[in-house]
Amino acid sequence: MSEYLLILVSTVLANNFVLVRFLGLCPFMGVSNKVEGAIGMAIATAFVLTLSSASSYLIYTWLLVPFELTYLSTLSFILVIAAMVQLTEMIMHKTSPLLYRVLGIFLPLITTNCAVLGVALLNVQEQHNLLQSALYGFGAALGFGLVLVAFAAVREKVAMADVPTHFKGAAIGLVTAGLMSLAFMGFSGLANL
Amino acid sequence: MDHSSIESIGKYLHNFPGGLKLKHYKALSCSKPLPAQQLPLSQEYIIPVSQHLGRPAEIIVSPGQQVQKGQQLSAPGKASSTPGTYVHAPTSGEIIAIEQRPAPHPSGLNSTCIILRADGKDDWIALEPVADYRQLSRQQLIRLVQAAGIVGLGGAVFPTDIKLQSGAGSIDTLILNGAECEPYISCDETLMKQDPEKVIQGALILSRVLDIKRVLVAIEDPMDACSQKLQAGIKTMGAADCIKVVRVPMLYPEGGERQLIQVLSGTEVPAGKLPVSMGILVLNVATAAAIKDAIIDGKPLIDRLVTVTGAGISEPQNVVARIGTPIADLISFCGGYTPGIASLVMGGPLMGIGLQSDSLPIIKASNCILALTHADISSPQVEMPCINCGDCVSVCPAGLLPQTLQMVIRAENFEALEELNLDACIECGCCDYICPSHIPLVDYFRYGKSEQRVRAVERKQSDLAKLRFERREKRLAKQQTERRARHLKRKQALAGSSDKKDSVAAAIVRAKARKQALTAPHNSDSNTGSGEADGI
Amino acid sequence: MTAAIIILTSLALIFGLALGYAAIRFRLEGNPVADQIEALLPQTQCAQCGYPGCRPYAEAIAADEVDINRCPPGGEAGIKQLADLLGKEPIPLDADAGIEKALPEVAIIHEDICIGCTKCIQACPVDAILGAAKKMHTIIAAECTGCELCIPPCPVDCIDMIPVSIDLSNWQSDKPVPITTISKQLSSADNAGEAVA
Repeated sequence: MSEYLLILVSTVLANNFVLVRFLGLCPFMGVSNKVEGAIGMAIATAFVLTLSSASSYLIYTWLLVPFELTYLSTLSFILVIAAMVQLTEMIMHKTSPLLYRVLGIFLPLITTNCAVLGVALLNVQEQHNLLQSALYGFGAALGFGLVLVAFAAVREKVAMADVPTHFKGAAIGLVTAGLMSLAFMGFSGLANL
Repeated sequence: MDHSSIESIGKYLHNFPGGLKLKHYKALSCSKPLPAQQLPLSQEYIIPVSQHLGRPAEIIVSPGQQVQKGQQLSAPGKASSTPGTYVHAPTSGEIIAIEQRPAPHPSGLNSTCIILRADGKDDWIALEPVADYRQLSRQQLIRLVQAAGIVGLGGAVFPTDIKLQSGAGSIDTLILNGAECEPYISCDETLMKQDPEKVIQGALILSRVLDIKRVLVAIEDPMDACSQKLQAGIKTMGAADCIKVVRVPMLYPEGGERQLIQVLSGTEVPAGKLPVSMGILVLNVATAAAIKDAIIDGKPLIDRLVTVTGAGISEPQNVVARIGTPIADLISFCGGYTPGIASLVMGGPLMGIGLQSDSLPIIKASNCILALTHADISSPQVEMPCINCGDCVSVCPAGLLPQTLQMVIRAENFEALEELNLDACIECGCCDYICPSHIPLVDYFRYGKSEQRVRAVERKQSDLAKLRFERREKRLAKQQTERRARHLKRKQALAGSSDKKDSVAAAIVRAKARKQALTAPHNSDSNTGSGEADGI
Repeated sequence: MTAAIIILTSLALIFGLALGYAAIRFRLEGNPVADQIEALLPQTQCAQCGYPGCRPYAEAIAADEVDINRCPPGGEAGIKQLADLLGKEPIPLDADAGIEKALPEVAIIHEDICIGCTKCIQACPVDAILGAAKKMHTIIAAECTGCELCIPPCPVDCIDMIPVSIDLSNWQSDKPVPITTISKQLSSADNAGEAVA
């Protein structure tokens, strides 16, 4: 049990994919202008990450290993992820057309979000079982969502603040992200995985 | 509604968040009794038609008309949903013009004013005092209050009859607000000291109108003389079981309606709701006195107590001034300006509005004319960036976040404003006063509020336009289909007639054939021959 | 090798079929985004955007056929709201569509010139003009959106646009100008003066 808890703490805080491992920075900067968009993105990514890490584990263990095709893992993982993203897109288009429009290109770009592929590959590397893989993916998504929404909330405030002209926009965003990353370093002793 | 707090209202005192302890400068105007001699008649009175919240009333006099003192000059229009209130002639004389004149308003814009030239006789119109108000029904009393043109005299100028109408039957406590918390202003204090019976009479009438057993007169802690006078008055009038005097601590903005209720009941009036929803009605003491005048004496609201004060006035004092009196006349009555006068304010130093000139008239909302000298006014400070110190949050009596509001308004993010409850801001100016960066916060809030208001109106208009556009489209489509149906019918009718033509033609053909058949046996050969030739 | 090809192909097939089913299952009907866009448009129905009304323009925006900066009555504020809704960057108003008026306007008919031709009545998208053939027409100011569509059809040019008058009922307080901004403007004006000198 403690092992599962540790996975969760590690992926959400100590080894946060965005602010500690610096994976998946593209949507982190791209859709953090508004909290609503960030929440939508967080949910979409959580859906994709959890499902894809579980199913890529299944494919790896039941197809690739028995047939000695582990060299195809990246290719097949991308296939899984792409299918999941397509599914997410359709669901989101149906349930929240506006959010679908707001997220725009960043929704299909989840496919190339390195955090998603990273989780799938790390699962293999760490030799997780099915539950651990799913939890690892879900934890990563939770961590991603947490920092994305927090960052969006900060950026919403910064957008209203009197920022020096040369720092406006992405510049102050990156400075903020750097400071948040420093803050997350404080969690580093919490879990070692 | 929290009944326990309503029951115990006035027994214990509570706190409201924030507030400021200010030096109150009241002795300046309040130490002297009311002057024995009355304010002399002015030559000309300027009476703005719109002196209350809501739409202006319809003017019922015309230039050249002679009017008596107390005669109605305007009456609420029947068409509008929020009828305006009556205004009355402050003295007898001639209406010389109805024109656009600047009115005391933060915009400095012109508004429709009735100009009355006094004839010096000061003749009252025939008054109809009520001998015993207990004989009248609630509705009759409210109608009398309306006819007297009474509005909230604390400064908000909400029509009192509408307030009473909304409160009748649903409230159990009336609070008479005598807690003038803003520095310099002392007209209510003077009124309670000079005429406590008037206020108490008004309170008794109101308790009859509202059918309640409990009236609280809230005054500030240091108003000792007031308290004694009121208590004595209550005793002599035998109203001790109904009217109570409560002294509340001196803290600005204690006299705000919502703050006063919170201090007395310990419960906050929910944002977006009126005190009536809690069973409480708040009226100013001066309004109660005006109601007494209107019902017992039959006199409409044509004058009010005005505090003329500030270091810029030679003899600061309280004066009974008629509505419409040019401010300049009032000031010369008070000894004129002192050297060094810098600005003129209607209202108090925190919530008042700057006046462009002293030719503006006294209106029903004018509780104070404040003349400030250069020494009183700090030179305009450079607005510095907000440092998020939170001082404004700690003084805000409405429990808002002034710094966040200011940031949001500056960024014109009006959607976020709704969540931050800008509407609950009472523009008391505490945040402005305390801000170390000298940010004119209230100016931002006023801008934000007016922008919100304008947007709401625009939204309404665009909804109307959309509705009308859609209806028109529907109508046009209907017309089109009808026209098409009509055309089709006509065409069919035409087609029907062509059938007839065909039948005629067919009949002709048949007739010809028969003729031919009759002639055929005679030249059948040639006929067949020609037929063959045709075939070839 | 063959195993690899078979496995990948079958995987792709399975996912393809699943997605095909999902596409049918989650098909979207109607255009809810257009509704939300339409709610932000000022509904003047002025057609300055090049579409015959606010609804068609909203649908065009929803379909990404046109930019969000073609609505002069909505102005910069309207563009900002649309940009917020759609997660885009606000862009300046397209000058081809028209310019934003400083003050809202309503049309007024000079009643002594009007010949009662009813042409403007037919042009008005919101039925804000009252009148009949050979009778003088007048505009219901409260319902006029200021779209100017009635001006070109008038054969005697008797329609003018007048700004809505500001009185105490629709007065708006100004946005405070920070003194820092004023001094900046002053100093830049000074600099410009020096440059000219």
